[in-house]
Amino acid sequence: MQLTVWTYEGPPHIGAMRIATAMKGLHYVLHAPQGDTYADLLFTMIERRDARPPVTYTTFQAQDLGRDTAEIFKNAVAKAYERFQPQAMIVGASCTAELIQDDPGGLAKALALPIPVIPLELPAYQKKENWGASETFYRLVRALANQPVERAPRENRRPICNILGPTALGFRHRDDIVEIRKLLGALGIDVNVVAPMGATPADLGTLSAADFNVVMYPEIAKAAAQYLEKTHKQPFVDIVPIGVKATERFVEAVAKLAGVDPAPVLAGAPSRLPWYSRSVDSTYLTGKRVFIFGDATHALSAARIAATELGFKVVGLGTYSREFAREIRAEAAEHGIEALISDDYLDVEAAIQAAQPELVLGTQMERHIAKRLGVPCAVISAPIHVQDFPARHSPQMGFEGANVLFDTWVHPLMMGLEEHLLGMFREDPEFHDGVAPSHLGGKPRESADAVEQATAAPPLAPSPAPPIPASITIDGPAPWAADAEKELRKIPFFVRGKARANTERFARERELAIITVETLYDAKAHFGR
Amino acid sequence: MNAHAPLPDAAGCGVEIRQEYGQRAVFCGLTGIVWLHRKIQDAFFLVVGSRTCAHLIQSAAGVMIFAEPRFATAIIDERDLAGIADMNDELDRVVGRLIERRPDIKLLFLVGSCPSEVIKLDLSRAALRLSKSLAPDVRVLNYSGSGIETTFTQGEDACLASLVPDLPAEPAEAAASLLVVGALADVVEDQFARIFAEMGLDDVRFLPARRANEMPAVGRNTRYLLAQPFLTDTARALEERGARRIAAPFPLGAEGTTRWLQAAADAFGVDPQHFEAATAPGRKRAGQALAHYRERLAGKRIFFFPDSQLEVPLARFLSREMGTELVEVGTPYLHRAHLADELELLPRGTVVNEGQSLDDQMDRCRAAKPDLTICGLGLANPLEAEGLSTKWSIELLFTPIQGYDQAGDLAELFCRPLVRRTRLEV
Repeated sequence: MQLTVWTYEGPPHIGAMRIATAMKGLHYVLHAPQGDTYADLLFTMIERRDARPPVTYTTFQAQDLGRDTAEIFKNAVAKAYERFQPQAMIVGASCTAELIQDDPGGLAKALALPIPVIPLELPAYQKKENWGASETFYRLVRALANQPVERAPRENRRPICNILGPTALGFRHRDDIVEIRKLLGALGIDVNVVAPMGATPADLGTLSAADFNVVMYPEIAKAAAQYLEKTHKQPFVDIVPIGVKATERFVEAVAKLAGVDPAPVLAGAPSRLPWYSRSVDSTYLTGKRVFIFGDATHALSAARIAATELGFKVVGLGTYSREFAREIRAEAAEHGIEALISDDYLDVEAAIQAAQPELVLGTQMERHIAKRLGVPCAVISAPIHVQDFPARHSPQMGFEGANVLFDTWVHPLMMGLEEHLLGMFREDPEFHDGVAPSHLGGKPRESADAVEQATAAPPLAPSPAPPIPASITIDGPAPWAADAEKELRKIPFFVRGKARANTERFARERELAIITVETLYDAKAHFGR
Repeated sequence: MNAHAPLPDAAGCGVEIRQEYGQRAVFCGLTGIVWLHRKIQDAFFLVVGSRTCAHLIQSAAGVMIFAEPRFATAIIDERDLAGIADMNDELDRVVGRLIERRPDIKLLFLVGSCPSEVIKLDLSRAALRLSKSLAPDVRVLNYSGSGIETTFTQGEDACLASLVPDLPAEPAEAAASLLVVGALADVVEDQFARIFAEMGLDDVRFLPARRANEMPAVGRNTRYLLAQPFLTDTARALEERGARRIAAPFPLGAEGTTRWLQAAADAFGVDPQHFEAATAPGRKRAGQALAHYRERLAGKRIFFFPDSQLEVPLARFLSREMGTELVEVGTPYLHRAHLADELELLPRGTVVNEGQSLDDQMDRCRAAKPDLTICGLGLANPLEAEGLSTKWSIELLFTPIQGYDQAGDLAELFCRPLVRRTRLEV
């Protein structure tokens, strides 16, 4: 049993729903009690879809358990087929129905419908949403794209590829597709099928007509791409083109597979990010402490961009996608930090408090943590809220995506000059670190001291104890002289906690009896920024 | 004394009650936690369930609006199911961690879910055990919010029913007291307390109370008045403690509020002039407030999908006070005794549809082309996209709508989608 305040991913059948809802002509019959129908609102409210997801729930009740829930399921499948006339169906169970073991696949097969009916085994007590999406897409591809389609010889025609991965309820999938199509179009490559978003089961049957595959989101489409590679000899590119450098690598890799020249697409200045980062106004971004958490695709990309394209310092990196723990650990090592692999919101909260970041790049959950701590935040990954489906075009991928990232990550921060003035005049009653950046309303922040207090107070959740050299006796920190305490208040709040911790460590290592103003500055000189 | 209304049969009150079976599109009882955890300020709700349960509550909760909620889920995993871990030990460990983290908790509800019910995890025994080990700081109760047993607001019913056996006992010789049952917005509760005091009823208590140690005493001289129409089990539990129900319609709209207060006044023998004086200002204000919206709503055709069990009282309010026409009043369950007074007030020929077959009901709704459709969150945007105006019904539980001073707000909730449509030119 795991104590869960918020969950980063839904159960695996939600992943299956993301595939079904993204596609056309596919229907999902889910053996589930009535409460599970809440899932509709993820799509109709959060993503503002204009139609119900193509899902029929059996909504069995306690009184049905003693009788025949299997019969209810069979009726639901038969009626759904009759009403919706889909090209194909997927059938499966949610967590509760998994326990009653009705075998949806076998029951549906017994109906002998004249369409492909694909059973899904999504173990709800082991797996989660992204795995469910990946497994569902893989099962669909395996069932519907198992026959080879004749490919014309490569000579005298444009190269053709499929784009795999975008789903319903995905973080900016809608806009990323536009950018990917733009890049492929500029390279002179045609698109055969985009799937699952917008594809029909019949379209999946033609996947093997393409020369190669582009995997936009490895969490969702890599398993299917591996199957296609094995079965139809289709190579794939799974470089995620988020950020300028990654987009360049993506373009080069795709061009190589397609046998075209990438130079025209890379020429000139396809993204504004490099110049915006180099322009002197951005100097104040240097070394900003950033904490990154999200799904693996977005967290990895964000870490690289933060460090090498914006000049931030990555002080925390983590993911809830355990499947990609290895990649995240390797990336964290590049930044000299330990990766956080966890789907426990409380662990993430504790890690953010401990890392004392100046900017958090995370999910909807980290937005709450950051808000409470008074730290600026931008959302880079699912899970997301209705405001993360903006009306405007707002991609993460490609050169335009890089422009969007620059704006989105820099906007929550204090502007350069404003930050300097805050540092200089700390006792100004209207303009102090208790107020938000002036371009964001500048209202007093309730929890300006939250970061500091949070570190001073015992941690809410069990968190790894701070590393203390073994040779030092662990006594309580030396007391602060009143004037030193006052001087500490003059340090900007987002680094105050760090300054306090460093000073106390400095005093402890030197066995000082009291922390004075001198100690504070000695420690500052010793540790540097 | 207020005469108990006879049970209406379909022909008797002129209402046509239909029953439908099939796919339902409703929340389960866990959803009630979203408002209950704010109502009882030192209570915590621990769902013992699956990842789906956790995902449901955070999605239904306006999607993650509270950074530090007083609810959480103990997610059952394969180790628990395979018997590798002892579920009771696991539960004790999770509760221990929780109480350590939130020492302010005085009342902990273990909330059963579909999976915990199917595997027959005995949460009542767990609650007893934990109550013992955590006494006297924390009391532990349990109820089921599972979707195989409860629909949406029935979760509140199950929660309040679990409180009843634990309520302090009123001495046998105590004077008659009034108990108002059902979670109300604090502001509404305070308004009602003032009106009752004006009427001369000073000993009025509310269930649930705002704090765990302030729960009302109950006994043979307790007369209770339901403020919500979905409290079947709570009412039964109160009757077992000797309390007696005051039959009444529900306090929605000016008329509903007056009849509801009147029922209490009659039960306690309040002098008619006294009652008149206590309610006149409220009735006058409600009348004024409703007049603003009547023109907009009069003659409009309304279709209710089943959701909160508030549908019948709302339909009564909309038809009698706002002059709307009722196309279909869907409701997940109909408690015929508790809603007897409401059903009598519905216009003759009103169709009340109990249960649901979603696709068939959507077909009926499309064919009827109502001016306003009241439905759950999942259906609202799809119906809007088909050209129907909708009001999502969960808002009716998150907004103060009962009583005189909210009657106008209630009408406005139904007007807003219609007004919005007239404003938009895109």
